[in-house]
Amino acid sequence: MTALPQLIVSTLLLGGVYALIAVGLTLIFGVLRVVNFAHGEFLMLGMYLAFWAFALLHFDPYLTLVVSLPISFAVGWASYRGVMRPIVHASHNVQVFTTVGLSIALQNLALVLFTADARFVRTDYYAVVVRIAGAAFNVAQIVAFAIAVALTAGLFTFMRWSYTGKVMRATAQDRDASALMGIDTDRVYAITWAVGIACVGAAGVLLAPIYPVYPTAGLQFVLIAYVAVVLGGLGDMAGALIAALAVAAVEVVGSYTIGTAWKEVLYLLLFIGILVVRPAGLFGQRGAEALGA
Amino acid sequence: MLTVEGLDVAYGDFQVLWGAELRVDEGEIVCVLGPNGAGKSTLMNTISGLVKPRAGRVTFLDQRVDGLPAHRSAGHGLAHVLERRRLFPFLTVLDNVLLGSHNPRARSHRAETLERVEALFPVVRVRRAQLAHTLSGGEQQMVAIARGLMARPRLLMVDEPFLGLAPQVARDIGLLLRRIREEEGISVVFIEQNVEVALRLADRGYVLESGRTILSGPSAELLRSSEVKRIFLGDVAL
Repeated sequence: MTALPQLIVSTLLLGGVYALIAVGLTLIFGVLRVVNFAHGEFLMLGMYLAFWAFALLHFDPYLTLVVSLPISFAVGWASYRGVMRPIVHASHNVQVFTTVGLSIALQNLALVLFTADARFVRTDYYAVVVRIAGAAFNVAQIVAFAIAVALTAGLFTFMRWSYTGKVMRATAQDRDASALMGIDTDRVYAITWAVGIACVGAAGVLLAPIYPVYPTAGLQFVLIAYVAVVLGGLGDMAGALIAALAVAAVEVVGSYTIGTAWKEVLYLLLFIGILVVRPAGLFGQRGAEALGA
Repeated sequence: MLTVEGLDVAYGDFQVLWGAELRVDEGEIVCVLGPNGAGKSTLMNTISGLVKPRAGRVTFLDQRVDGLPAHRSAGHGLAHVLERRRLFPFLTVLDNVLLGSHNPRARSHRAETLERVEALFPVVRVRRAQLAHTLSGGEQQMVAIARGLMARPRLLMVDEPFLGLAPQVARDIGLLLRRIREEEGISVVFIEQNVEVALRLADRGYVLESGRTILSGPSAELLRSSEVKRIFLGDVAL
């Protein structure tokens, strides 16, 4: 039982960053009705941004975070205009092939430009560990958690209370009715996509000081985000947040009691189990129409 | 103020409208009648830009509007209330109504318009903090029309305003459409399947059958027309 505080702390630290990845993914799905299979690659680009800013300019990753938000927003906007816009009303097959294609293209672009070598962001505080009440935490993890939670909370507040957030939710709930209000729904799609990419890009920067950076680094995290998004109910941001913490808990407790090699098996078993009992996700009574609730 | 001429509309290979016609003058209430599948909603959706026509022209306030994207129509003074109200179900009544004046022309007058709309539709004030999907059908229809008026339109188009409503509620909404014309000077076009109800409210009517405008005229004339009886009641009924 002495391990309990450590398990709780590790769950929260891990779950915070998972949540930031998952919330961006579910936001994009909720408004555009597109599953972004390239989400992990935008995470990887965020990690590389932190690495190169650190290696070439000696930028601390938390300083990079500030510039990464507008940069990944711009990358998101450009990728919407260039890649997503023509297919956003196409069939699901076309959308799946497009985002998977974008994912492969970005991975290989990173491979060509940066090689397959694993890179590390070694800050001075890399190995600094704080001990409180018997639990040990890595400083980089704590900072990543705190910032991820702040950004997620900021996004929630934005969606719930800001006028633009309401316009985005209205577009998610009824695109034709929104257009008739004078809302330029194509622009709303571009903003939503860019906000989702900015979230995952920021998550990438936060993860760079903790995990190695390489062209397929996004996959391991984004798989968890997909699980969280489906468990939380597609398009449901609060559901994704809670599910991200649940997946992190399974991963942490499973690694501790059974072994780290089993963590993927465990959360995927949880995933299958919940889908059998509740196909619409944990909070998915309203099916896939939940965004804006 | 609104003229529709020779409108052809098709969904892929399936043509829905064949040279459809419609005219609405300043201060008029006009109804569009026709059996299921006649193309009434398609006609309205094409006027507001949700659907692009294959041929023909739509002129609104001396400007050609066919082919313009739907989000531009509100700015031109054209409000369109879709069939089955289509409120934003998980936004509050107040947010629904406020989004109605999203277009730049209406946005700067938002507070003032809201006051006038609330005077016409007290339900907007009473239910303002409630989520739209929790309202009754009649209340939702009122909020949907109120949301349309928030755009400060010159012409209000309502697709089946009385669909699924109790007779008393339908009568109230009919009276409100009249008040919108009388007090706000806004022209009204609406779609309705019940000939009696529609022609008692409207000044003039158009009858669509299989995508073609086959009849039009003042309400009293259409009410007496044997052609109208044939379409809506069938040959046997005579």
